[in-house]
Parts: sequence; structure tokens; C-alpha cells
Amino acid sequence: MANATLEHGAVEHGLPGAYEAPLFGAYSKKVGMWLFLASDSLTFGALLFAFSYNRIYTPWPTPFHVQSIINSTIMTACLLSSSLTMVMAVFAAQRSDRAWTRNWLLATMVFGTAFIVLHGMEWSKLIGEGLTLPMFPKPAHASVGELAEISKNTPQFPATFFGLTAMHMLHVTIGVIYLGVIAFRKWFLPVLGLLWIAGYFLIPSDNVFHYGIHALGLGLLVAAVILFLKPKDYDAQDVEVSGLYWHFVDLVWMFIFPLVYLMSTKIN
Amino acid sequence: MHDVAKHDDSKGQYFWVWGALLVLTAVEVVLGYKQIFEPVHMLEVLLVLSIIKSALIIGYFMHLKYETGLMRWMLVISVTACFIIMYFFFFPDAGRILRLGVR
Repeated sequence: MANATLEHGAVEHGLPGAYEAPLFGAYSKKVGMWLFLASDSLTFGALLFAFSYNRIYTPWPTPFHVQSIINSTIMTACLLSSSLTMVMAVFAAQRSDRAWTRNWLLATMVFGTAFIVLHGMEWSKLIGEGLTLPMFPKPAHASVGELAEISKNTPQFPATFFGLTAMHMLHVTIGVIYLGVIAFRKWFLPVLGLLWIAGYFLIPSDNVFHYGIHALGLGLLVAAVILFLKPKDYDAQDVEVSGLYWHFVDLVWMFIFPLVYLMSTKIN
Repeated sequence: MHDVAKHDDSKGQYFWVWGALLVLTAVEVVLGYKQIFEPVHMLEVLLVLSIIKSALIIGYFMHLKYETGLMRWMLVISVTACFIIMYFFFFPDAGRILRLGVR
């Protein structure tokens, strides 16, 4: 955040070379996150270009009925609202108000989780109606219908749709875990472990998320290693850097939503 | 250097930005569902709205507006240049496929 911005030459030790002012006038964690986000934006850029590229030379289906559009609009509102609560968390962290930092981070995680759940329901509905990839587990009734025809005749559509949205959903999931670690530190690990195990046993085996839920297990492992190696109390800078990541997943959705959903709306 | 109090005083602007983002999303949904424009023009309009929304998110929520000019311009120019290069690599090839047909 701006208050943490360092100015060139702000610190003078009188020893040339003892302290070097940061290149961009910001602390290194923030610069590192910005550079990561710049590179990650190219990942999503490539996926969006791939989606658009396929669309140019393929008769493109328009499978999203009003229910899908309403669902994706609510998902968009969830992400936008989560960005606002994230900003509030950063402000609270700068005031050293630990309770409200945690509360706002929790609110952000709730919005993010709502997004993931709604997106998971949308995916399950589309897969149940026949929009699938060869590697997906097949529900029994998914072989007929409009979306099954799309999967058969225009396999580029499910490939680019699931590729793009899965990458984004993975980023949101990582973001929720990241915020959980910042807000609750080691206390978040058992919660994550329980969600992983419960998800694995509760989600039916013919649902793609029965396997996708293992992303939580991988997140648990990475978070545990990080907390073991550096068991620190996260400060305002850490909250701000996690906020940059969170706003980025919101930003990416601002392009996915119109390009993927609104440009493929089915008008009855 | 910016102080915390100054930002606390201007918290309201983040609610305005959030409201603007929701309104722009509603406009996109109406445009998409009513199909007011032809697909190519619709794509252009939706992309312009998305770029406005992303500028609001980057500028205000991610606070790039308050960073130093060097950081602002370095990030914006480098990422934009990469996207332009990607565009020139991808789309002439798509045009070639349109001319030659897909076998």
C-alpha cells in the first residue's frame, strides 16, 4: 500500500552501499508480487487468446442460457465484493487492528469460497448436460443433448472453456488458502485438512471435483511447509501483498466473464 | 510518502469504485443478453468495458495509482507490449486459416 512506499534515499546510514534504496520505491515483497502478477497475466492472456483464436475459425456454440448468465453474474458480484473487503482488510492491517484484519480477510475468503462453489455447481450442471472432456468422469445421462453434441462436434469449445475457467478457479482456490494462512496462520491448516477430507468423501466419484478437491491437499502441504520454515506473524505488508494477488484474480475474471459467458449467450 | 490517515479518510472512494464496477457489470450483462450490437461490435464494446473495469481495479484496489511513476509505467508498458506481441503472433495465423480453410 502507498503508506509503505519507500522513497529513494529515504534512509541514510552514512555508509555508501550499506543500504540501497529499492528500485521501484516499494518494498521487495510488493515488487516481487507485481512481477509475478505481470508474468501470470501473460498465462491468462495466452489462454484468452487461445479461446478467441479457436472462436475465429470454428462455428462457435452459444450454450449459456439465462440460468448460466445469472449464475456467472452473481459470481462476478462475489468477486467484486471480495475485492472491497480485501481493501478494508489492508486498511485494518495498517491500523494494526488485528481483529478487523482477520474479520475482513474472513469475509474475503467467504466471497471467494462462494465463487468457487457457484462455479463448481455451474461446471457440474454443464458436465451433467453433456459438455465434457475425454478425461472427465462421465455421468450416466451425459451422452445425449445439446451440450453433448457441442462436445462431439466442437471439441475446441469444452477444451478452451474448461482450460480457462479451471485455471482461474485454481487461482481463486490458491487465493483463499493464501488469505487463510495470512489471517489464521497455523490454525488454518486443520480447517483446510478437514475440508479436503470431507470434500473427497462427500463429492460423488462421477463428479470431476472428486479429483479436483486434491488441490486442497496440495495447498495444505505447501502452506504447512511455508509455516514450518517461516512461522512468522504476518504484518500489514504481507496483507497488502496477499491483497494484490486477490485483486488480480478478480481482474482476470473481468475479461473471462464477458469473453466466455456473455459472448456465448443463448437467446431463446 | 502517503500516510495511513489520508487513505482512511478517503475510504468512500473504494465504495464508489465498487459501485461503478457493479454498474459496469450490469451494463455488460444487459448488452450481452439483449445482443444490441453485432457480434464483432459487441466484442469491441465488451472489451472496452472490461479494460475500464480492469483500470479501476488496478488503479484503486491494487493501488498502482499511488505507486511511483517508474513502477507504474514499467508494469503497464511491459505487460501491454507482451499482449501486443501475442496478438501479432496469434491472429494473422487465424486469418490465414480462414483464407485456406481447415482440412
